[in-house]
Amino acid sequence: MNEVNEQLAIDHGLKKDEYKKICDLLKRTPNITELGIFSAMWNEHCSYKSSRRHLKKLHTKGDQVIQGPGENAGVVDIEDGDAIVFKIESHNHPSFIEPYQGAATGVGGIMRDVFTMGARPIANLNSIHFGSIDHEKTRNLLRGVVKGIGGYGNCIGVPTIAGQTCFDESYNGNILVNAMTLGLVNKNKIFYSKAAGVDKPVIYVGSKTGRDGIHGASMASAIFDDKIEEKKPTVQVGDPFTEKLLLEACLELMAGKSIISIQDMGAAGLTSSSIEMASKGNLGIEIDLTKVPCREENMTPYEIMLSESQERMLIVLEAGKENEAKKIFDKWNLDFAVIGKTTSSKNIELFFENEKVAEIPIDFLAENAPMYDRKWTKAKLPKENNFSKDDFKSLKLSDCLNKILTDPNIADKEWIWNQYDHTVMGDTIQKPGGNAGVVRVHGTDKAVAAAVDSSATYCHAHPLTGGKQVVCESWRNMISVGAKPIAITNCLNFGNPEKEKNMGEFVECVEGITEASKYLNYPVVSGNVSFYNETKDKGIKPTPSIGGIGLLSDYKQMVTMELKNEGNYLLIIGKTEGHLDQSIFAKNILSNHNGPPPEINLFNEKQNGMSILNLKNKNLIETCHDVSLGGILTAISKMSMKGNKGVKIFPIEGLVNKFEYFFGEDQGRYIIEIKPENLENVEKILKKDSIHFDKLGIVESDKITYGNDLKISIGDIKDGYKKWLNEYMVN
Amino acid sequence: MKSSVIIFPGSNCDRDMDVALKKFGFENQMVWHNDAEIPKSDLIVLPGGFSYGDYLRCGSIAGKSRIIKSVVDFAKSGGLVLGICNGFQILTETGLLPGILQQNKYLNFICKNVFVKIKNKENKYFKNIKKEILELHIAHNEGNYFCSKDELNSIEDNEQIAVTYCDDKGNDDEYNNPNGAIKNIAGIFNKDKNILGMMPHPERMIDPFLSGEDGSLFFENLIGNV
Repeated sequence: MNEVNEQLAIDHGLKKDEYKKICDLLKRTPNITELGIFSAMWNEHCSYKSSRRHLKKLHTKGDQVIQGPGENAGVVDIEDGDAIVFKIESHNHPSFIEPYQGAATGVGGIMRDVFTMGARPIANLNSIHFGSIDHEKTRNLLRGVVKGIGGYGNCIGVPTIAGQTCFDESYNGNILVNAMTLGLVNKNKIFYSKAAGVDKPVIYVGSKTGRDGIHGASMASAIFDDKIEEKKPTVQVGDPFTEKLLLEACLELMAGKSIISIQDMGAAGLTSSSIEMASKGNLGIEIDLTKVPCREENMTPYEIMLSESQERMLIVLEAGKENEAKKIFDKWNLDFAVIGKTTSSKNIELFFENEKVAEIPIDFLAENAPMYDRKWTKAKLPKENNFSKDDFKSLKLSDCLNKILTDPNIADKEWIWNQYDHTVMGDTIQKPGGNAGVVRVHGTDKAVAAAVDSSATYCHAHPLTGGKQVVCESWRNMISVGAKPIAITNCLNFGNPEKEKNMGEFVECVEGITEASKYLNYPVVSGNVSFYNETKDKGIKPTPSIGGIGLLSDYKQMVTMELKNEGNYLLIIGKTEGHLDQSIFAKNILSNHNGPPPEINLFNEKQNGMSILNLKNKNLIETCHDVSLGGILTAISKMSMKGNKGVKIFPIEGLVNKFEYFFGEDQGRYIIEIKPENLENVEKILKKDSIHFDKLGIVESDKITYGNDLKISIGDIKDGYKKWLNEYMVN
Repeated sequence: MKSSVIIFPGSNCDRDMDVALKKFGFENQMVWHNDAEIPKSDLIVLPGGFSYGDYLRCGSIAGKSRIIKSVVDFAKSGGLVLGICNGFQILTETGLLPGILQQNKYLNFICKNVFVKIKNKENKYFKNIKKEILELHIAHNEGNYFCSKDELNSIEDNEQIAVTYCDDKGNDDEYNNPNGAIKNIAGIFNKDKNILGMMPHPERMIDPFLSGEDGSLFFENLIGNV
């Protein structure tokens, strides 16, 4: 057995002073199993040691919140006794090393977090970020990640209803794979991870434990170097078939009354699941590792405790219910083993072959885990660009539009979502490619909308504004499908927190998220943090991904974004000032990467959104689409392409030049389609509510036209927009 | 009318099929793969999904499961057996239908709406459907139908091709073939036309708010003919 010393602790990712703290707490040197347990619990991924003090500031309360952060997932009320359990989680580091398995097990892990709470998963989403399209690894990583997400989700039979794909060179060495799941549960049948009662049997169910994924959580807490390929063995291997069986078996067991608490074995496997359950219940736990079902021979206590083999759960049962539970797992051909019991010792005690191999007071691992107040720097708002007439002199609107519609971050992503089963379960009423995915709450008139958003460019330019913006964008996506925004989950992807600049980006993005979610009553109920997205000193742009959900009380009132009928009017809600800094137009057409992101005005944001919902409730809106990346003309084009209808755009009023007007990315805006007979009424309502709006155009023929400056057929723009990703992937 | 949907470990369209059958008037029951017998039924459905994780070959392990003997007996006595997607794969694995389903030509899972042309209406599945072309939905990784030349001749001679992939005008050529299937085959019958296997999922097309409504025509017609 390895001798435990400072160097071995450092090899486990612990810092010198952290190792000293362990020895001081224990008043002795830990043995190798104990060292492994400490390193797993104290790494950034499990302990949130750099982020904890800042996450406390998040806005997490609201009447709709049943369970906020701190559980396997968040839970919100959607009325009539129904609740939605949801969460987003990162699987970035493993996906870069082994894209298929990394992404697949990311999806598997987040689904387990949701069904652990008693909810049947009803929708999956994802947010994936890749390096530059010219980078040699991008294609293969994209292909592998998409196949992995599909491979897992399709097999389980949960529809993947929405997502987001971005390309930026800052992800060249660190891609992001964030997976989100929504589940449906009866409000009175939610299961939690808090154990209760002494001498209750601790049950292991699911797959057998193997040597895969050992130290996965520590790997996820380290920066990458040239030798990253050597880390392949730390990536877990997924088996969606077993997960499907586990899902059905757990839900079957949950229909009864035998479970006290349940927790999936995710990051740091048996270690974190057993410790979390005991810690929350203020109990001790005793486990006989000889009884853990193992896939490989001669596994040591150290390996069993740190394995991240997938598709496993830990359950604390009511005493005497073992046989009843075992029958269910036998039916589904899954392993079932009583491996220990809860105790009053408040220690974790591990036995192996009749010998005690570890004993650690649980509060050393949980409450006493290190917490850092990292230094951070505040970002300054960059100086605005002052574009002059000369900058636009040689530009033509149609050329600009074509370039923007084939920009990797705008072009159609059907190549991706056609590989995801998005219709299984028979309740998907809005497919990927719209403002948000929408699924019906099975057997009711209700529907739930969900979307994932990120805006790394804005967050990079000014983290505080960027943080606010992502929350607002998510809110707008809910409004655009006619859903009342309910709550969000956040996946906070950042660089190295030990660097002041990166830490500052984190702190300020969190501040921005908090400010917007508080103002909009759009609380954060779950999430995770992924730091150390850095390779050889190069960190990613700050990328908080926000997964939002919203509720439609009548699914028949859902709003979509394709243009409906010729002769209808288009209005734009919200003011257009022509903010080009940090826009796709500035980057792609003017090659300018400077300046501040568009400003967020939370008051207008809320007013504009509520006015849209109000109009929807009065049945006055035919179509709605929020204006985001690429500005008005991009938004019109997408609405046109989806509906195969053109738009005659009215002359712009005011002083903004046409490029700023059409491509500026001012916030808080929506384009809505109104029947002529409703126009007067809509205008009256908007004026009464003091909502800024402009008449944008009229739905007409199969071309988008703007005076003599623009005449472009839908077929032409569609061709480039639809083909880009396909062609990129086959080249 | 009584129907039975068989649930294999890994089936995932079982509930969707149950919903669809009940919506159109079937009295449906769910049957576990490890049961020995199927309760009295007018129709047996093998639903889509990933039975036994698609391990070994799609549908192969399900093709050897305990319940299958009853399915085969029922089919051989002339009972109606419908296999959708993974169910189609299972039917070929049991030998109830000829040919095999290979991985899609472009090696990707495909989930999208497609058009199919009804090639034979002289059977209970399509008899009174007025349309010639249906818009249905596919979601599969192994839907690339293949069989030997002799088998194909026999399939064609016996008019066993049920539906072929096509465009909205009914052109069932190579440009409208999503997965590389031989002769654009999306579904086939046995010789007696009581067994139908097809890749498209009619159960996902039973509501204007879903992908479409042509699946409704399929089930309405089916219950009318059972």
